[in-house]
Amino acid sequence: MTDQTAPPGLGAESLTTADGRPLKAALHRAQARAKRRAFLLVLPLLAFVLLTFVIPIGIMLFRSLNNPDFVSYSDIDSGTEIPVMQNVQAWFAANPQGTEPDEAAYAALAADLVHLKEIKAQGSVGTRINYVLPGSRSLFTSSARDAAKLAPPYKEAVLALDEKWADPAVWQAMRSSAGTITGDFYILAADFERDDSGAIVRTAEKERIYLYLFWRTFFLSGLITLICLVLAFPIAHLLATLPLSKSNLLMILVLLPFWTSLLVRTTSWIVLLQQQGVVNDALVALGLIGTDGRLTMINNQTGTIVAMTHVLLPFMILPLYSVMRTIKPSYVRAARSLGATSWTAFRRVYLPQTLPGMGAGVLLVFILAVGYYITPALVGGADGQLISNMIAFHMSKANWSLAAAIATMLLFSVLILYWLYDRLIGIDNLKLG
Amino acid sequence: MSQAKAGGNAAFVEFSHVQKSYDGVSLVVKDLNLSIGKGEFLTMLGPSGSGKTTCLMMLAGFETATHGEIRLGGREINNIPPHKRGIGMVFQNYALFPHMTVGENLSFPLEVRGMDKAERETKVKRALDMVQMGNFINRRPAQLSGGQQQRIALARALVFDPELVLMDEPLGALDKQLREHMQFEIKGLHDRLGITVVYVTHDQGEALTMSDRVAVFNDGVIQQLDSPDELYERPKNSFVAQFIGENNKLPGTVEELDGHKCLVRLANGELIDATPVNVREKGQQTLVSIRPERVEFKPEMMPKGAHTIRAEVKDVIYMGDILRARLKVAGSDNFVMKMRNTISQTKLAPGETISIGWHPQDARALDPV
Ligand SMILES: Nc1ncnc2c1ncn2[C@@H]1O[C@H](COP(=O)(O)OP(=O)(O)OP(=O)(O)O)[C@@H](O)[C@H]1O
Ligand SMILES: [Mg+2]
Repeated sequence: MTDQTAPPGLGAESLTTADGRPLKAALHRAQARAKRRAFLLVLPLLAFVLLTFVIPIGIMLFRSLNNPDFVSYSDIDSGTEIPVMQNVQAWFAANPQGTEPDEAAYAALAADLVHLKEIKAQGSVGTRINYVLPGSRSLFTSSARDAAKLAPPYKEAVLALDEKWADPAVWQAMRSSAGTITGDFYILAADFERDDSGAIVRTAEKERIYLYLFWRTFFLSGLITLICLVLAFPIAHLLATLPLSKSNLLMILVLLPFWTSLLVRTTSWIVLLQQQGVVNDALVALGLIGTDGRLTMINNQTGTIVAMTHVLLPFMILPLYSVMRTIKPSYVRAARSLGATSWTAFRRVYLPQTLPGMGAGVLLVFILAVGYYITPALVGGADGQLISNMIAFHMSKANWSLAAAIATMLLFSVLILYWLYDRLIGIDNLKLG
Repeated sequence: MSQAKAGGNAAFVEFSHVQKSYDGVSLVVKDLNLSIGKGEFLTMLGPSGSGKTTCLMMLAGFETATHGEIRLGGREINNIPPHKRGIGMVFQNYALFPHMTVGENLSFPLEVRGMDKAERETKVKRALDMVQMGNFINRRPAQLSGGQQQRIALARALVFDPELVLMDEPLGALDKQLREHMQFEIKGLHDRLGITVVYVTHDQGEALTMSDRVAVFNDGVIQQLDSPDELYERPKNSFVAQFIGENNKLPGTVEELDGHKCLVRLANGELIDATPVNVREKGQQTLVSIRPERVEFKPEMMPKGAHTIRAEVKDVIYMGDILRARLKVAGSDNFVMKMRNTISQTKLAPGETISIGWHPQDARALDPV
């Protein structure tokens, strides 16, 4: 409606302050101080995030691709890196993939085994090969023990020590471990392995675990997220509509789990759900089930679902509540006065306005659930374990590279989901508070 | 209280003996009796917390009456849910659905009535044209100015052709100029469509300019229900006199009382003329109320035999069309007199002493406060 134009001679470019400096420069100067101060204020947080988040994730990514255990041995006593298996590596470099190991190869192996024995690195190297070819660790430790006695011809001598050295799989495993940078751990984490010729093939059917665990993790997380949403919606609605005095009390009940240790909460579910637990006792007492028909609700998937839903529920309630609180009752009233039944008013007017809260809650709960570790470990039994439990398992076995590879895959699948979410719903529609 | 005479028409909306309590301890609406004729523009006017919104919500069906009956078109509607009442409503903050476009907002009431698409589109277009917002059909409410949102809210309340439209302070969030413009438009729509409007406001100017009748609320009770001119010129009690327009109050005791006239003695002993409104007997305490524009200080303008009292000019404020003099009368110095700003108008100077008086019917002896 207004068609005012800038006064003549005052184009945006030529604006200057009273003392003739360009307006933009003056503004920039005036703001620079404030910006510097703001930056100094966030500096500690920046350093903290860098130190505790960015760097560890970087290290994890690096770890998943890097494992030098077959190339060098870090001697704890002297604190130095000692190169190992150099003769075998030289032979690998000289002979292409698929070459049958000849006398030279066995001679190199014998020399390396002697060296391993000297610096006591046979365990470390064996473990590295063991990751790719289970059962190989003992091959290294036992052969290294007697390596000093080896004499030419080396091929017979080594094979006399242990038949397994003739296995092409062993040589293939050593060849693929010969670099510091390797994708082997991703191959393993995706249920693949290298065959004798070095080609990547699927693992035997009954040894495939990771992909299934990934699938189960995402399925259970999705299910838990859905249950949380269904349970949280009415509670959040109640919180948002009750008078303040009552909603405060309810809010305390919602937040109560946050003030109790995760361990206590999880173990109390054991008390409730175990075979001789409160729930089963009550069902038996009510005559709903017989004494011999007690339900198994803990140490299986049910346990994981129940306990994780409980733990994660507040993360769904809070964003939903904060969004619902801002939806004025006059919207639903307006819909009603316009002729909508209460169901239509809810569906067409109220529900769409809670979407940002639902989006935030769903994303939050799902991402937390995908990485959950302690609850499934405590109440999940065998079939309630998630992928994080597998990560923890490999970490406990000091197989850092495989743990890091699985963790990295988890991270990227979550990032992909996040990206999908952004494409479908839009991250700007998210409202956490 | 004056019983409503519904402008000759049969009552379209009727409250009878309606009471409302939210907490079971106090009554927010106390014995409300009100009948509104078809096609009438009735305004509920009153200070904050006087129960206006509550009455409107009971009519719309969002609050239930604690006691009494509400009838619409002769039918009792106490137990009819809001969506079956067919009443259009404009909310104070518009309540336009933020996730729908203007067009979707308007077609919502038509959709829930099961109207087919072609008919919906014509109706939406007609309603938008009615408020001159035809070009905004694809905008979201957040992309509209306050006044534009107001128009859309109005169009949405009218699009399904309700016979009764309720408006709760619909112009409360607009600036003065836009407000006046919208008052004019709402009034125009009312006249053109022949709908019945119940309008809530606490702006008395708005109430006076728009309404056929105004119900002045205070403390859950209708203090007076009358046409705007009656309300302004003949307030029935002190509350109404003070709430509507500017007013001078002179407390005193009734000295003489005969039918249509009385004499009131002020605290400093001076006598003034007044019309008895709700004083019954001699010796009673009263509050005489006089509009500032009805106060005269030139003897020739006063009727013969009228009593005059002395007044000292404290200051005169120049307000353009009028001059506003603040006088000290009977010991209190906030007595106001308004004079037309004409060429021949006498210029009063501060400190000057004058005699003031009025027509007895302009001074109304009301209940003391
Ligand atoms: N939902 C409610 N619960 C309890 N008391 C209420 C409720 N709504 C209104 N009241 C009380 O009822 C009285 C009348 O409120 P109402 O909203 O009808 O006033 P109003 O005349 O519309 O005022 P305003 O001009 O400020 O909108 C007030 O004292 C208010 O505190
Ligand atoms: Mg109100």
